[in-house]
Amino acid sequence: MDVGKVTRRRFLVRAALPTIAAGVGIGSPRLCALAQAAASVSVLPASGPGPMPVTLNVNGRAHELRIEPRVTLLDALRERLALTGTKKGCDQGTCGACTVLVDGRRVNACLTLAVMVQRKAITTIEGLADGDQLHPMQAAFLAHDGFQCGYCTPGQILSAVALLAEKRATDEASVREWMSGNICRCGAYPNIVAAVRSVAGQPS
Amino acid sequence: MNAFRYAQARDAASAMAALAADPRARYIAGGTNVVDLMKEGVERPSLLVDITQLPLRGIDRTATGVRVGALALMSDVADHPAIARDYPVVAQALLASASPQLRNMATIGGNLMQRTRCAYFRDVSQHCNKRAPGTGCAAISGVNRRHAVVGGSEQCICTHASDLAVALLSVDAIVHVRGRAGERTVPLERFHVLPGSTPQRETVLEHGDLITAVELPASAAARNSYYLKVRDRASYEFALVSVAAALNVAGGRIRAARVALGGVAPTPWRAHAAEAALLGRPATGGTFAAAAEAATRGMKGYGQNDFKIVLVRRAVNRALQHVGAIA
Repeated sequence: MDVGKVTRRRFLVRAALPTIAAGVGIGSPRLCALAQAAASVSVLPASGPGPMPVTLNVNGRAHELRIEPRVTLLDALRERLALTGTKKGCDQGTCGACTVLVDGRRVNACLTLAVMVQRKAITTIEGLADGDQLHPMQAAFLAHDGFQCGYCTPGQILSAVALLAEKRATDEASVREWMSGNICRCGAYPNIVAAVRSVAGQPS
Repeated sequence: MNAFRYAQARDAASAMAALAADPRARYIAGGTNVVDLMKEGVERPSLLVDITQLPLRGIDRTATGVRVGALALMSDVADHPAIARDYPVVAQALLASASPQLRNMATIGGNLMQRTRCAYFRDVSQHCNKRAPGTGCAAISGVNRRHAVVGGSEQCICTHASDLAVALLSVDAIVHVRGRAGERTVPLERFHVLPGSTPQRETVLEHGDLITAVELPASAAARNSYYLKVRDRASYEFALVSVAAALNVAGGRIRAARVALGGVAPTPWRAHAAEAALLGRPATGGTFAAAAEAATRGMKGYGQNDFKIVLVRRAVNRALQHVGAIA
């Protein structure tokens, strides 16, 4: 292997995959038996708890996966599709690092079960740029230095893209309020607000 | 999180049948609460029945008000012009809830069913009578700054986390429920139940009951309503104390009054004593101050949350001044 070609991201993805594969086996036999017994009297066809076919439409491309119903959209994106631009921060809906668009609306991927967003259009940070042409919000974050460590940035940018579509960003206070679902531990908020306002066509 | 089976319901009957067949099955809609609690190990359903495809999303005007489908998203309800105009307290409470992302996921029915944010409830290594009946309440002698000052019991002093439910209480909302015996309606005030000796029971719903809609009766008071939320940070935070106030003032006198409180009790809390102190009286600062004092009647702190009682008095006073148009 050419060590020089192993990027940090590629190394992390490779290192993570075996762990996740092993994780699929988790789940006590007792629970599985209980669940199967329940399903036998249910009139609704149920899937799981083992892997089931799930189709995700991400950034305009359909991906066919076999995953357990308990896999979140966040984990499916990062661990199965290697789309690691979407970040795992708190993993409980309190930080916004995992923000993606589902049918154009911003949501927390960490609290979304992948099986529940089939047939919906999912947009991640990888889907914003047009080739080498950055999305205006990405360019604005660069121009305004809207980050320090960068971990929250993909979620901030997806949230900001949605905010402009929601037409709620009318002034500095409204940008701050409507971006409150995205926490930045580095405290880059003034520059994030400036970036969002610049794309919204507001002087800052 | 535990392994579970998943089924997507196409109609209410099959969804309800699936729950009837399995006492450990649970509905899922927005998932913002149940998925979170499953990750913590607090909820361990055997089967999740996805109800998001049921036709319960509409927000419709009726002859008597507005009917909001149980699966309407918090963001869509907040944005609806009839809600913003005729029930400002509801729109304000929704926009003060959670984050834009979570409001795009969470539904109105799910919001009413959300479980407490008590840290002891959410931590399976701690004693909690709600999560594990009979183990005790760690909050009563523990870190209880965020806990209830009214309506609790020796078994549980948690607070209900919903802003929306507090606002809905102030406009006399009615919950429509489909159960085994057919459709029924439950006034929101009787929907949530106090912990008493059974803190694991939080609403009047039976296993398998499905909320189909929430009905908002139109009224002059609802049109003149306001939501005040006091919290540790300005946004994306649960209430320490919140107040939903609705007043109908005609000829200088208060003809109708509703005062509901959040962050103070295990359920959304209707301040009947405050309402009684308002009804028929002149809409003056003195009346509002007396009502604010009455709102705290019977409240008792557990040490770290004593401040909430003072905060209730001040917040009620301020909310009433706002709807009474004297501030």
